[in-house]
Amino acid sequence: MTNVLAVVEQRDGALRGTAREVVAAAAALASGLGGHAHALVLGGEGVASVAQGLGAVGAEVVKVASHEALAGYNPDGFSAITARVVRDGGYGVVLFAASGQGKDLAPRVAAGLDVPLASDITGLEATDGRVIMTRPVYSGKAFARLTVEASPVVASIRPNVFPVGDASGAGTLESVEVTEDPGAWPTQVVSFEATGSDVPDVAEASVVVAGGRGMKDPEQWGLLEDLRAALGDDAGLGASRAVVDAGWRPHGEQVGQTGKTVAPKLYFAIGISGAIQHLAGMRTAGTIVAVNKDPDAPIFKVADYGIVGDLFEVLPRLTEEVRAIRGDG
Amino acid sequence: MNISVCVKRVPDTETRIRVGADGASIDPSGVKFVVSPYDEIAVEAALRLKEGQGTGEVVTVSLGDEVGQDILRTTLAMGADRAVLLKGEVTSDGLATAKALAAELEGHDAPLVLLGVKAADDDQQQVGPMLATLLGRPCATAVSSFEVVGDRVRCRREVEGGSEVVEVPLPAVLTITKGAYEPRYASLKGIMAAKKKPLEVKDAVVSPSRIRVEGLALPPERSAGRIVGEGPEAARELVRILREEANAL
Repeated sequence: MTNVLAVVEQRDGALRGTAREVVAAAAALASGLGGHAHALVLGGEGVASVAQGLGAVGAEVVKVASHEALAGYNPDGFSAITARVVRDGGYGVVLFAASGQGKDLAPRVAAGLDVPLASDITGLEATDGRVIMTRPVYSGKAFARLTVEASPVVASIRPNVFPVGDASGAGTLESVEVTEDPGAWPTQVVSFEATGSDVPDVAEASVVVAGGRGMKDPEQWGLLEDLRAALGDDAGLGASRAVVDAGWRPHGEQVGQTGKTVAPKLYFAIGISGAIQHLAGMRTAGTIVAVNKDPDAPIFKVADYGIVGDLFEVLPRLTEEVRAIRGDG
Repeated sequence: MNISVCVKRVPDTETRIRVGADGASIDPSGVKFVVSPYDEIAVEAALRLKEGQGTGEVVTVSLGDEVGQDILRTTLAMGADRAVLLKGEVTSDGLATAKALAAELEGHDAPLVLLGVKAADDDQQQVGPMLATLLGRPCATAVSSFEVVGDRVRCRREVEGGSEVVEVPLPAVLTITKGAYEPRYASLKGIMAAKKKPLEVKDAVVSPSRIRVEGLALPPERSAGRIVGEGPEAARELVRILREEANAL
């Protein structure tokens, strides 16, 4: 029997958006393997309260490691505890989110367990007891189907790709004792400066509004921000390499092969012509919308829907229409 | 301070990728190969630290086949002092790569090891922290700038929702992202000097890959969609389609 462990993230006592996706992916895989799905949450005191909702997406057991030294992410502590839980639990598969934190944590845990890691996978299935995964390579210019010849199989899953269903279970809470000495963790977090907004990271946002050189001027970003805000709290901002290189937008927003690879449910490419390296970063999005004044722009070849026109005229109207439809929805 | 930088040879990011005859790797013909962009940033960071301190040696290391000497020459032309090519196969198994690099780096007298945050080809973002784990060193990932303060390194990390400052004691491993270290172009003088700098080629010990690529396929072509209309008048129809047909709003 192969049990699957979902390692989920929380911040400040709230589950991250990816947590339910990782648990749901683990539950789907576990049922294909004839095993059980468990979840692991690490956090500060009181974190058990956030763990309860995970049963509803398929975690039969929710393991909670709660300690004041785990209130913020510490790579040394989190990797040591996670590896220990995996070993003690005899899990056959361990799943992480390919979020910023997951990308930092998963390789350390895999190396600690002396097994390889399949990063940022977009497909996961059980066939004859084997775990078959799909992951984009060359930033989505190609897809590789792969298997891991080691146990446990460790993988991180791309945010927004795996569906979250409803399971009926409640999930049993189990606490994980923290026996490690936080004083021995070499990494010290000195400070954290929030960007000062609740806008989700472009890699995790379920809707992305991305701007390119067609925006002409960094001062015009307010127009994109208006559309983003109209689309709701799960919408994030993205940018093309050209505007990041020009210093108009921070690198954290860059979508493409030398930036982030994203898979939101809805992607707006505004004033982005569609260079190969940009397309590589967003072609797995669910629905792609392009607004560009050039009807021959390559972005229209991948976009599901397009508007040809002056984005300074189209954008405010689009924002208005989105507000209207979401307002009465 | 001596600094070792691990670099990978990858197809230029503007390259169009074709699947090779074996169905599991890319067709390299006509592909231009470069130093992976984030690794180039890591080389720049190492050179600036060395220049700031006025002392130390920057050594670049790459695992791959013999042709990889070309990208190591590029790093030497940028200003690295010497380079080591570890001859061995690079696979999807980042842990196998990290082990081969660790075996080499254990012999380096370098308190700081830098890598790019990720390789531009397979984008797995894993070799740096794996290498650190194998070497028993702390690791800060996605570092946009850092400074050495005594026997510690203070790093600014770009994380979701903000930026974080972390400190790790030396010796340490850092993975570098875009930020403070825009890579320099090699000068003609640098290119000439690089020809005379030491580039050691040796066999690596690479354990067999435990990630099996069963096949490689191009992504399903997205069928070109439809132009909903021209100008602002099309906005209402687009939003209607997004809600009613695409179910995306």
